[in-house]
Amino acid sequence: MSLYFMCLILFSVGLYSVVRKRNIIKIIIGIGIIEYSVNLFIILIGYRLQGRAPILAHDQAIENMVDPLTQAMALTTIVIGLALIFIAVTLAIRIYEKYGTFDITKIRRLKG
Amino acid sequence: MELHLIIFFMIFAAIVAVEAKDLLSSLIGLSAAGLGLSLAFLILKAPNLAITQLVVEILCVIILIHATINKDIPLVKDGRWLFNTIATFIFVGVFLFLAFLALRELPAFGAPLMNVSKDYLALGQAKTGADNLVAAITLNFRSYDALGEAAVIFAAVIGVLAISRKTGKIDE
Repeated sequence: MSLYFMCLILFSVGLYSVVRKRNIIKIIIGIGIIEYSVNLFIILIGYRLQGRAPILAHDQAIENMVDPLTQAMALTTIVIGLALIFIAVTLAIRIYEKYGTFDITKIRRLKG
Repeated sequence: MELHLIIFFMIFAAIVAVEAKDLLSSLIGLSAAGLGLSLAFLILKAPNLAITQLVVEILCVIILIHATINKDIPLVKDGRWLFNTIATFIFVGVFLFLAFLALRELPAFGAPLMNVSKDYLALGQAKTGADNLVAAITLNFRSYDALGEAAVIFAAVIGVLAISRKTGKIDE
């Protein structure tokens, strides 16, 4: 339970960065921290005490494996998070080219 | 116990990444948090994820440094700094409280439900021939998942190309 709560605190740090910061790169960093905490939470839910990695070996019988389904799901989540960061960074670069700043309160003018 | 230490390290690195003055330091903090996540995956017996996390982390840091190098801007404190900070802390506090209430409904740490994955563990090798059961699930039992992931990556590539296109409408 304490591990779950520490994971939530990590999520809150990312949420604080997304809500409060004015620099676009800081907001992207906050989104990255939220992704980390969610991936960690998914894997924590699938963990079994004294578990083994879900990889079979030919010469020995491995019992008490951890949940492989959550790991397969988190694998997808990590790659999709990478795609999300890429698009966000590309948008930030375009905004910097157009407005010359990363500050979200300065991006007000309509430019055609 | 070591898991607590690693998550504490990740929280510390995340706070450094959020609160550092210049952007390069905060990127280093973000990559430290990602390295801690990779170690946590190893301790939680997920070696596939640890390797993937390292690769993804390196790519993320490279593209973020490419975006921020030579473009550092000073951050100013304006008049409503105190109000904004207090409002954000109240919001985050309410979120933490509600999430803590929701945590009671989850199974305890170390005792997952595993209704579906029991069968995957028992029959995975006989049905797919793969020793690595995560690969068996990703590529056989739930291969639509992998197909959707590939579709998302292609959509992201098309989006990046469309956003970063230099030539706009050509004036006659």
